[in-house]
Amino acid sequence: MSPDATPATPAIEATGLTVRFRRRGEPEICAVNGVGFALARGQVMTILGESGSGKSVSLKAVMGLLPPFAKVEGQVRIGGRDVLSLPPAELAKLRGGQVSMIFQEPMAAMDPVYTIGDQIAETIVQHEGTDRATAMARAKRLLDRVAIPSAARRLKNYPHEMSGGMRQRAMIALALACSPSVLLADEPTTALDVTVQIQILMLLRELQSELGMAVVFVTHDVGVAAEISDRIAVMYAGRFVEAGTVREVMRTPQHPYTRGLLASTVHGGMRRQELRTIPGNPPSLAALPAGCHFRPRCPEAVSRCMEEPPVVSPRPGAMVRCVHAERAARAADAVPA
Amino acid sequence: MSAALQQHAALDPRDRGGPAQPLLAVSGLRKHFPIRGGLLNRQVATVQAVDDVSFSVAKGETLGVVGESGCGKSTTARLLMQLMRPDAGSIVFDGDEVGAQDGIGVQDLRRQMQMVFQDSYSSLNPRLAMVDSIAYAPRMHGLPARQATQRAEELLMQVGLNPALFARRYPHELSGGQRQRVNIARALALEPRLVILDEAVSALDKSVEAQVLNLLAELKARLNLTYLFISHDLNVVEYISDRVLVMYLGRVVEAGPVEQIYGRPRHPYTRALLASKPTLDPDRRTTVLPLAGDPPNPINPPSGCRFRTRCPYAQPRCAEVVPPLGPPMDALSGAGGGHIVACIVPEAQAGTEIRHVA
Ligand SMILES: Nc1ncnc2c1ncn2[C@@H]1O[C@H](COP(=O)(O)OP(=O)(O)OP(=O)(O)O)[C@@H](O)[C@H]1O
Ligand SMILES: Nc1ncnc2c1ncn2[C@@H]1O[C@H](COP(=O)(O)OP(=O)(O)OP(=O)(O)O)[C@@H](O)[C@H]1O
Ligand SMILES: [Mg+2]
Ligand SMILES: [Mg+2]
Repeated sequence: MSPDATPATPAIEATGLTVRFRRRGEPEICAVNGVGFALARGQVMTILGESGSGKSVSLKAVMGLLPPFAKVEGQVRIGGRDVLSLPPAELAKLRGGQVSMIFQEPMAAMDPVYTIGDQIAETIVQHEGTDRATAMARAKRLLDRVAIPSAARRLKNYPHEMSGGMRQRAMIALALACSPSVLLADEPTTALDVTVQIQILMLLRELQSELGMAVVFVTHDVGVAAEISDRIAVMYAGRFVEAGTVREVMRTPQHPYTRGLLASTVHGGMRRQELRTIPGNPPSLAALPAGCHFRPRCPEAVSRCMEEPPVVSPRPGAMVRCVHAERAARAADAVPA
Repeated sequence: MSAALQQHAALDPRDRGGPAQPLLAVSGLRKHFPIRGGLLNRQVATVQAVDDVSFSVAKGETLGVVGESGCGKSTTARLLMQLMRPDAGSIVFDGDEVGAQDGIGVQDLRRQMQMVFQDSYSSLNPRLAMVDSIAYAPRMHGLPARQATQRAEELLMQVGLNPALFARRYPHELSGGQRQRVNIARALALEPRLVILDEAVSALDKSVEAQVLNLLAELKARLNLTYLFISHDLNVVEYISDRVLVMYLGRVVEAGPVEQIYGRPRHPYTRALLASKPTLDPDRRTTVLPLAGDPPNPINPPSGCRFRTRCPYAQPRCAEVVPPLGPPMDALSGAGGGHIVACIVPEAQAGTEIRHVA
């Protein structure tokens, strides 16, 4: 049922993923409202969206990292198993093993009081039951692999003894310790300088194809998405509004929000031009507008947008959630090829 | 457009030297931070945050400042705003040296030069309604309360926020883009001539960033402003700037018209920086690593040219002399529109392919 199911046996597949935050005395926050995708090994899908659109919450839901008052519904299958219904002990085993996650801030994944080597080796020992010496030898190879110079010496470093870029590499090494089939990456380059960002992006690309991982990469940066993705899913107010290959989405965006987002992404070619903008601000997740959530800001809104927008598949593997896309698709169907 | 601006500039009663005199001229600016440590809290090292920085900003132009994190962009801005004292160097505002006997005083300078910071939240007082935040500075400068409030409401209008809706709101009741508009309004309250924007749009979403950039362009034309625009976003800097200053570890390595810096960068660091920018085209992804390693530690930076430890063209003499800023070696004398670069190796400036010795 997922709108962009491509592969036969996806490494990760989400269906109708929904997250609501419910706390006493506060309005309910609908952070994720029915997200679905399927991703094969060896593919990178980027979730592209602005602040508060639900990118991080989606990844945390997959990892079981949300607080207890968060209500999570839907299905997430990794290697065929439904992770949302796993008992906590099983989920912990999955985490850092078959699926792992990297963050914008490396310290979110690392323990400041243990050395890099200890942390990587400990993960390997826990998940695979190898002895410590073997684990430590693998930790060194991992640091080599992520291009940390003098790996043997760096194993003995504490996280704070490394520069930002090196810490990010160490976190990647930690995430890769048990050769995961699925890697979730939450803006891992957002806090870095461009010169270091491109190093990390190239490294991730290399490792991903070498290890054949499925990567779900989260970013708000269109340029970063273009560098790393095979596929892009554009997220707005807790939903995917458009998904497709990186070329389709970047070259022929179908959803008015995607078009607006790409048009307002500044580059030098726009010098002295007035920038096209999307008027207004994203909606409050505690009071989402009825029908299409983008309607109040949409220059193409019509009265039908007050109703739930249709999910249209203009091409195999592509998805657009918009009434206009439906009309365009029908028009295309009517013309004999 | 720029001719109209210059005409306008001549009409500004505060203009002193005419359009040819830079609005801001900085020379030899230096700020070193002592690092203390040990039992006696003695100085154990020095961060050379800003080291012999010189540049000028023409009236009505936007000067973009780029460079890696920690290269001294914000420190330069703080020094200009007199938020800290420089160790050395002079700042001349429209012909008047700041702090000199016959120059311009700090109070007066801050009227004419204002700053907008990145963090829209922490730069607003959480207990002040927007209108009071904006009216604060004019009141401190002696405007009666009623008039200050009226002025604040006008400014809210100017930045596209309806005073009827926003005047009485508090910072937590606004979105990031709206807060940044208020910060801009607040910076404009004293009718400055120069506005320093330090990562002012960096924290905003792209769709909102575009709104604020349009607003900045409109205000600049309408109020005859000059901008110093600091950002790590190379695309935004290219979009907004007339000239660009590239910094590396506390020093200026290259400066010039935006077309020259982006179209024909001469310093190997500038080239690497620009090559690191994501391409926005999935068919032309970056395949060659533009620059390896992290920026070096600003404590004890390399001698001579500070970029030499990461530079593929580095030669022994790069360690010996601090390269002076001068016109590119291949530029015809007089050409280049003020393009300057700090590099002594001709091949490095030309970007000639280097052959790696295995
Ligand atoms: N623990 C929580 N309790 C309540 N609300 C939360 C919690 N975590 C996230 N949210 C809300 O869920 C929404 C989605 O947040 P999320 O962190 O997924 O955004 P994002 O797309 O990752 O944005 P950003 O680009 O800013 O990281 C936001 O409105 C956020 O405030
Ligand atoms: N008050 C201070 N005391 C000691 N060191 C400081 C102080 N302020 C800045 N520094 C150091 O001076 C150097 C320059 O810092 P600055 O904030 O100017 O950099 P920047 O170019 O603005 O970087 P970013 O892009 O990260 O904002 C850095 O190494 C910084 O750690
Ligand atoms: Mg997030
Ligand atoms: Mg700064």
